[in-house]
Amino acid sequence: MSVTPPSVVSARKLGLTFQTGDGPVHALSNVDLEVRKGDFVSFIGPSGCGKTTFLRVIADLEKNTDGEITVNGMTPEEARKSRSYGYVFQAPALYPWRTIEKNVALPLEIMGHSAAERAKRIERTLDLVNLSGFGKKYPWQLSGGMQQRASIARALAFDADLLLMDEPFGALDEIVRDHLNAQLLKLWARTEKTICFVTHSIPEAVYLSTRIVVMSPRPGRVTDVIESTLPKERPLEIRETPEFLEIAHRVREGLRAGHSYEE
Amino acid sequence: MRRLKRNWQPLLASTLTAISAAWLPLTQPGAPVPIQGMTIALLLLAAALNVILTLEDRGHAIRAGVLFIGAHIPAGMLLSGLDGNEGQMSASFFLMITASWLLAWGTVSELAQIEPRSSAARSFLRLLIPAIFGVWILILWEAVTRGAGIPFILLPPPSAIGARIAGSIATLWADVQQTIFKAVLFGYVVGCASGFAVAILADRFAFLRRGLIPIGNMVSALPIIGVAPIMVMWFGFDWQSKAAVVIIMTFFPMLVNTVAGLATAGTMERDLMRSYASDYWQTLIKLRLPAAMPFIFNALKINSTLALIGAIVAEFFGTPIVGMGFRISTEIGRMNVDMVWAEIAVAALIGSVFYGVVALVERATTFWHPSNRGG
Repeated sequence: MSVTPPSVVSARKLGLTFQTGDGPVHALSNVDLEVRKGDFVSFIGPSGCGKTTFLRVIADLEKNTDGEITVNGMTPEEARKSRSYGYVFQAPALYPWRTIEKNVALPLEIMGHSAAERAKRIERTLDLVNLSGFGKKYPWQLSGGMQQRASIARALAFDADLLLMDEPFGALDEIVRDHLNAQLLKLWARTEKTICFVTHSIPEAVYLSTRIVVMSPRPGRVTDVIESTLPKERPLEIRETPEFLEIAHRVREGLRAGHSYEE
Repeated sequence: MRRLKRNWQPLLASTLTAISAAWLPLTQPGAPVPIQGMTIALLLLAAALNVILTLEDRGHAIRAGVLFIGAHIPAGMLLSGLDGNEGQMSASFFLMITASWLLAWGTVSELAQIEPRSSAARSFLRLLIPAIFGVWILILWEAVTRGAGIPFILLPPPSAIGARIAGSIATLWADVQQTIFKAVLFGYVVGCASGFAVAILADRFAFLRRGLIPIGNMVSALPIIGVAPIMVMWFGFDWQSKAAVVIIMTFFPMLVNTVAGLATAGTMERDLMRSYASDYWQTLIKLRLPAAMPFIFNALKINSTLALIGAIVAEFFGTPIVGMGFRISTEIGRMNVDMVWAEIAVAALIGSVFYGVVALVERATTFWHPSNRGG
């Protein structure tokens, strides 16, 4: 291997405890993780394992209560203020009063890009997610898969190097999801972004990632980090190869190990 | 059975016509102008019924057209027969009017079943059906008040109100200028704008939100019109005191609705703005205000009626010798009820136009809201 790429997200002994009426809830505890530039890291685990919370801590939408975390070498707050990541939510969260292109333009308007610059970037990002020609439509005139693609375009529009995706395809059916997964890989290869991807689907995690972080609940913690041995070029058929199944097996084992004390 | 269901109005109408024909004349004995032309009306009505019954299985449009003619020509002749015979009409007359009304009912129910393809025809129908409905309220009102000789002071016939409106355009226009263009519009704009501005302040500063909003909720439940005499003491007899009442009445609904509206933007949408490091004003203008629009328009619509009520009622408590509320309160004292009704009709018209304009702007602004989509 050549030189190690620089670290994008670096967490050490990270913990987050919510104070609730029923006492403290340990959403995250003792999480050590390094995400390097160009990585595609998936977070997988049952609900309540803190995978979304971890993503939200990176995005400075939640504050950690223990440990340390840096994003691009800064605190998450500084990273958020310097607009270093794009966030894709579980739902498209497009604004219904804006057309698709205006939705994509939203972060650009907030960040003060000129109209000409906005038009250029809208065209480029809509092309990246194969939505050229749909710019004048309103979100509610498009299918769920198209809406989610538009929300990915919105997150890409301002050229942040880090893309945080929180179960972006969770609400879509299997066929659309396969299609979008393949598109996302192509997009990742073209843009060379670093992607953190939360999912609860094992095939999705294995198919997409260079690394898979397996997490387990109560308290939310990392139980295994699996380096993918799959090549960077991944046709959908790769999911039937023994290599793929082997990694999927390891993920399943990891999930089971994290779960075993429950039942 | 289906046949009966479809034709019950014309069938019942022809029955009533037959009974009334047996019960002629249309006027009571000793009426000053006994009706001759009425026989023609009767014939026409009967003829129309025959046509309808033979048209049995035709389309809705043809049936509606025939029913329309069958209802309105006899109705017109019956009404014109009222001249000089006020209070002298017999039961036969009322049966005939009822028969015509049944045919008009049939017209509307046929029209309501037409599903036109072109959008122009659709909007024409959307206007035509309520228009026929409204006209028949006036026809029945006219027939009953004049036919049965109801005292003018209790309920003047619409024709008299119409004549009064036509004869007092100048007075009505002066009243409208005083009450609507000065008090209502000024008060509405200032009241809504200040309610909106305070809502933004309350959103920005927690102490205002926690202190003022509960009071706003309480005050908006009070019958604020009670402060009208006090406003007259403070701001004098002219339109300023009425505008003050309107401001107070419209302020709190706008405040309460805007504050509620600003809270409707979803957490995901807010997180999104946060991830862009958007500041307070950017989030307000690009997310929270657009999301609040349905609430804000709700307040604008409520306020359009409140403003009208407020200004008119406030004029009961002292005013220069012009204004809609002034006119209503003085003319009722002089027993000129037709003028009171004329003012009411004008107020109703202006209120509908006002509300309609706000509703149109709402449709254009909140087209994206699920309740407005698709339509």
